[in-house]
Amino acid sequence: MGVMSTAVKMDLKTRLSLKWEEVKANKVSYLFLAPYAIFFLIFTVLPVLIAIGLSFTHYNMLERPKWVGWQNYLRLFLADDVFLIAVKNTFIFAAITGPLSYFLCLIFAWMINELQPRIRAFLTLLFYAPSISGNLYLMWTIIFSPDSYGYVNGFLLYWGIIDQPIQFLTDPRWMMPLVMVVVLWMSLGTSFLVFIAGLQGIDETWYEAGAVDGIQNRFQELIYITLPAMRPQLMFGAIMSITGSFAAAGQIIPLVGFPSTDYAAHTVVAHLLDYGNIRFEMGYASSIAVVLFISMIAAQQIVQRLLSKLDD
Amino acid sequence: MQIRKKRLTRSPGGDLAIFIFLLAGGIFSALPLVFAISNAFKPLNELFLFPPQFFVRHPTLDNFKDLFVLMGDSWVPISRYLFNTLFITLAGTSGHVLMASMAAYVLAKHRFPGRNFFFSLVVLSLMFAYQVTAIPNYLTMSALGWVNTYASIIVPAWSASLGLFLMKQFMEQISDSLIEAARIDGASEFRIFWSIVMPNVKPAWLTLIILSFQSLWNETGGRFIYSEQLKTLPYALNQIISGGVARAGVGAAVGLIMMIVPITVFVFNQSKVVQTMGTAGINK
Repeated sequence: MGVMSTAVKMDLKTRLSLKWEEVKANKVSYLFLAPYAIFFLIFTVLPVLIAIGLSFTHYNMLERPKWVGWQNYLRLFLADDVFLIAVKNTFIFAAITGPLSYFLCLIFAWMINELQPRIRAFLTLLFYAPSISGNLYLMWTIIFSPDSYGYVNGFLLYWGIIDQPIQFLTDPRWMMPLVMVVVLWMSLGTSFLVFIAGLQGIDETWYEAGAVDGIQNRFQELIYITLPAMRPQLMFGAIMSITGSFAAAGQIIPLVGFPSTDYAAHTVVAHLLDYGNIRFEMGYASSIAVVLFISMIAAQQIVQRLLSKLDD
Repeated sequence: MQIRKKRLTRSPGGDLAIFIFLLAGGIFSALPLVFAISNAFKPLNELFLFPPQFFVRHPTLDNFKDLFVLMGDSWVPISRYLFNTLFITLAGTSGHVLMASMAAYVLAKHRFPGRNFFFSLVVLSLMFAYQVTAIPNYLTMSALGWVNTYASIIVPAWSASLGLFLMKQFMEQISDSLIEAARIDGASEFRIFWSIVMPNVKPAWLTLIILSFQSLWNETGGRFIYSEQLKTLPYALNQIISGGVARAGVGAAVGLIMMIVPITVFVFNQSKVVQTMGTAGINK
């Protein structure tokens, strides 16, 4: 027994010291990595761990955090009706805008790729511009303004289709669809550029070979040649689209106000901001952040599973 | 509309369908931008016409003049807001490009323990939104004493994960023999990085500059900065717009000014950005 355990100990010790030698031999690599890695750990990795820790406490920033076990999570799912509304809205919102924005990015990139370089560059700019134009999306609040100065209301009134203005961004029936339109409008961002680049990188001879092998139209070409060839880009685009659709609350709140009428456009992120920035219930807010984190990662895993089937 | 390459698989009907689809998408994408531009030049009486007019009839610079008057009235001079935004954008972007490139270089071209683990952490962090980390980050900032300083905005921007990801994928394309040759000639690792790798990845660092610039340029500093003297240009301009319907014209002028800078920067570097994005796939 005693001999065995020292052997194991020795083994572990030598393995550790071997590892240490390897680390020392790669000193320069770590020096290069260090500046980025230190800030990445402090501002991205550590916060996730802190949020997980805080989610099991009661913490109001004034007193020390108090351990409460699973209480925050129980309250979230069993006692907080508004949270359940937020989950439902976030789910609907992400399930619609996520895939839609993804396919819009793909379809527009695919169509643009058929054009001459100069027109292609212009259209790329046109579709990409909304995602980088800062808070210009607030123009939509003027377009859907709830009085006759709003473009949509103005014309509907002028043409006699309605006799009084529609409260587009405060009426629960209109809120979600309109917010989705605005978010889709600005969703042709990084994924869109990645798809365009991916399409341009596909070897032209594959298409020629495909045509010889009996591919008859664009759609067969898309399914049998283009999509399988750009699987890495599709994978990356999926990540960006999912993250974007979950995080869209940043744009929703300025559009419909906070809280939105009947919580009709209340999302998990809005709920998180409510408890984190307004009520200072940091433990509870952290449990919301953890739920959000887990659902984002879960959504990513599901979509990546689906996409990895593209190869077959 | 002319099709780039005639292939056997192209039908005129398909061309027409694509044309219609792109036209509809293009109009949808452009409309709010056109409204903003048009509104920015509308005189007050045209802004509140019934029915509303799409295009300006008698363009004027009144809205821009009003904007300058409003800015001149502000308690903190507007030049201070502009300086803050420029400083944050410059410091954040340059630090990010340098640090992310150094890290990307060793992740792409060196083999060392923990390399794959670290990169997978970076990819994982692409998968969640910043809101998840917002509360702990506030606590970290206050522990560091960085609340209400430039550092609270600049330093986290240095470690943005998308930049590192794009740079690493792009650097993998550089041939190992190039680096090996320099190593045999006795060049130090930093020299290899600076004089051989960096000049070869110009499209990638231009892309990093643009992405970092876009996010910092629009930074309002809302979460961490509360002193008026440290607030940024987007914050000040948002305050002006929040005057409501009476500021509709000024608001459009503000939107136009804020939009023009990132779009111009993108226009001049579009081909480089697309080239960089080409390597941005994830193989699994």
